[in-house]
Amino acid sequence: MAELFSLQQIVNGLQLGSIYALIALGYTMVYGIVRLINFAHGDFYMIGAYAAYAAFFLFNAYIAPGNVLVFIVLIVAMLVGAAVAMLSNKFAYKPLRYKPKLSSLVTAIGVSMFIEYFFSAFPPIGPSPRGFPEVLPKVMWTMGSAQVSNYVVIDLVVAAALMTGLTLLVQKSPLGRAMRAVSQDKDAAKLMGINVEGIISFTFLIGGAFAGAAGLLAGLTYPRIMPYMGILPGLKAFIAAVLGGIGNIPGAMLGAYIMGIAETTANAYNSLLGEGIAFVILILVLLVRPTGILGEKTADKI
Amino acid sequence: MLIVKNLKVSFGQIDAIKDVSFEVPEGKIVTLIGANGAGKTTTLRAVSGLDKSSGGSVIFKGKNITNMEAHQLVAMGISHVPEGRKIFPTLTVRENLDIAGWTIKDKTIVKHRIEEVFELLPRIKERINQLGGTLSGGEQQMLAVGRAIVTGGDILLLDEPSMGLAPVLVDEIFDKIVAINKRGTTILLVEQNASEALHIADYAYVLEVGYTTISGPAKEIAADPRVREAYLGV
Repeated sequence: MAELFSLQQIVNGLQLGSIYALIALGYTMVYGIVRLINFAHGDFYMIGAYAAYAAFFLFNAYIAPGNVLVFIVLIVAMLVGAAVAMLSNKFAYKPLRYKPKLSSLVTAIGVSMFIEYFFSAFPPIGPSPRGFPEVLPKVMWTMGSAQVSNYVVIDLVVAAALMTGLTLLVQKSPLGRAMRAVSQDKDAAKLMGINVEGIISFTFLIGGAFAGAAGLLAGLTYPRIMPYMGILPGLKAFIAAVLGGIGNIPGAMLGAYIMGIAETTANAYNSLLGEGIAFVILILVLLVRPTGILGEKTADKI
Repeated sequence: MLIVKNLKVSFGQIDAIKDVSFEVPEGKIVTLIGANGAGKTTTLRAVSGLDKSSGGSVIFKGKNITNMEAHQLVAMGISHVPEGRKIFPTLTVRENLDIAGWTIKDKTIVKHRIEEVFELLPRIKERINQLGGTLSGGEQQMLAVGRAIVTGGDILLLDEPSMGLAPVLVDEIFDKIVAINKRGTTILLVEQNASEALHIADYAYVLEVGYTTISGPAKEIAADPRVREAYLGV
């Protein structure tokens, strides 16, 4: 039992939590702004992983594995994730914007299945898992009782940088103010001269870029990618967003780290328990505090 | 400045307004009065682009703006203070005002206009760091008007500015409307409080179940026996 709450599990939990946080933010932002649970969001993450994979082989010929290559691959994964998210918004969700919510929800499931099966059927990708390449040589350090690799550092730093940037954007910039305004009242936002559809599209862009980044981090950390890899992390990140309070940005981050640590700790005890803990958390949240930890009626729903 | 001709707006099978026509000359105050459900709010929403019309036309400064997007019309000079004020509740008063300058590239203009708002509506200045949702109804109405001043339209559409306000505040808000008009802003006012509206307006139109029926200079309308009986309660 001693190793259950070891430093190592905390490190692993923070690492997993970082990946969940980046996915959960996309869920929560899109929900905040258009009240849609975008079930295809986990697939944006999968596409990010494949984009990173492709970018590695494209650029590896010119640049040796290392931090520079990681950075380039990260940018590609984020761009591709953002593009796919914006396209799904444009073609699948926008036409249904002022229709009953259920239409968009069912469409989101359709988009998700389309992406997964299309990738499986598309010969250059195919259904079988692929090993993710070593984008940079792994270095291990010992910190107290825990082993920490440079991959852990990359996961934490990338997630922290993106989350800080997002928080500043939403809280301090005029664009963020417009996002909050649109999330509160679309008609009033239009009357301020805000192009509401443009802001929605931008929100999808950020969410998709973050999912793409998470895809690269996941490929680095758990080096096996396949077209269905987005389903479970997507669900878990969604639960993390619900745990923190859906629509609330700090809530999604908090929920994701709680989830990451809970999962690695449960995993250390029994790997089947680790897979199921997320759903236990979901049931508990819905029973005890359905608004989530930070979710309140008055909170900014973005 | 604004010419609305045979405007029609339908929601599904229901025609909210059937045939509405009126004109708002530059620099004047024009009011649309009518009972609940007459189509006053829908008319304003169709002019500002929030609702799409299914017939007729809206001409603004000589341009046909029928069914243009609301956010484009703001940039063209239409400011709309909607029914229920629609303050952003979790943005501060300052953020509410700042965001009203969204379409204005030169932020010194926005700053200058916010100063004007403080001058005209001093109560707003005292509340500057409070969240919009914590203001009282009257203060929210002032803030909504303040936002419209920052937006800086050539025409200001006001939807029921007196709704839910204490009588003393109603007088205050109508005074502010006159003051804004004197600064050179054309005003289209929708009101259930017909006597106050007719008192400050130059022209008036009466809306009945989706049609404009009676129209004329506000003084004549106020003296019209049909209007007096139906809307002024005398």
